[in-house]
Amino acid sequence: MVGIAIVSHSCKLAEGVEEISRMMSNAPIAAAGGLEDGSLGTSYEKISAAIESVYSADGVVVLMDMGSAVMTTEMVLEDLDRPNVVMLDCPLVEGAILAAVESSNGKTPTEIAKLVEQSRTTKKF
Amino acid sequence: MVNSKQIIAIVAAIAKRMELEKNFLTELDNEIGDGDHGINLSRGFKSVQEKLPTWTDKDIGTILKNVGMELVSTVGGASGPLYGTAFMKAGNVCKGKTELTDADFTAAFGAAVGGVQMRGKAVEGEKTMLDALCPALKALRDDIDSGRTLIEAMTDAVDAAAKGVEFTKTIVATKGRAAYLGERSIGHQDPGATSSLYMLQTVLEVLKRD
Repeated sequence: MVGIAIVSHSCKLAEGVEEISRMMSNAPIAAAGGLEDGSLGTSYEKISAAIESVYSADGVVVLMDMGSAVMTTEMVLEDLDRPNVVMLDCPLVEGAILAAVESSNGKTPTEIAKLVEQSRTTKKF
Repeated sequence: MVNSKQIIAIVAAIAKRMELEKNFLTELDNEIGDGDHGINLSRGFKSVQEKLPTWTDKDIGTILKNVGMELVSTVGGASGPLYGTAFMKAGNVCKGKTELTDADFTAAFGAAVGGVQMRGKAVEGEKTMLDALCPALKALRDDIDSGRTLIEAMTDAVDAAAKGVEFTKTIVATKGRAAYLGERSIGHQDPGATSSLYMLQTVLEVLKRD
């Protein structure tokens, strides 16, 4: 099953997204939120550790909130010597739920990346 | 000519300057961003400064790469990957060198600015650090190409960066957190462009001193 890493400036947000995604999936999910001291920000080490913790040969998809979360994840992936790790460009909550479900369905990281694109335009009402 | 001792001195002086400007940069960021620019840079450079003594015997490429990696791991905001990439890309150009010619120095600065553009997927005119860095790079290149000294060229580069910072007051932010404010970002100077100006001013001060 594809692992899922949630990257956010906020520890609470990352953990919350993880929690909500677990409701519908048994995929391995890890949160990388905030800095080491719990303050707001993005941590290279936390992101790297989260990806490693859910990594398997099936790969990992990473979801980010914005700004430094995206750029720091990019740098982690450039340094990480792992194939099959894909960043998803989508809304964090909807994308994470969809990614978790599709991971349970046995999809690959590339397939998940394609599928979550639809969460960008999904309307709430 | 710039040697590795001067590079160490430049990095140490930048760390000192970032600590000094911490509150002002954070105030600027409070206006149009998430209010952490000064705090983040000061945290990152403090960490760089602590490690700096262990890098004094390294070549310039390694020193700059180490600075960049340290910033990426410790800054915690967008300036971490942006300045981190800048220093790492500059380090690539200076690999194995213990002395930089004016052309090497210009190439390193060019690679740094290219790194910021690549990492931020940004261009000039979006109210970011590039509005200070791009005009500075152009001034530096023009001056070095026309045979002026490095100090003359850096003086012009700093002037161009300062004008760039002033220019950021007049434009709408379209990149970074300030983009959420749209028109309301007009009238405020960009914190990233400001910290870039401070770094360039610090480079010039150290070059003049030694």
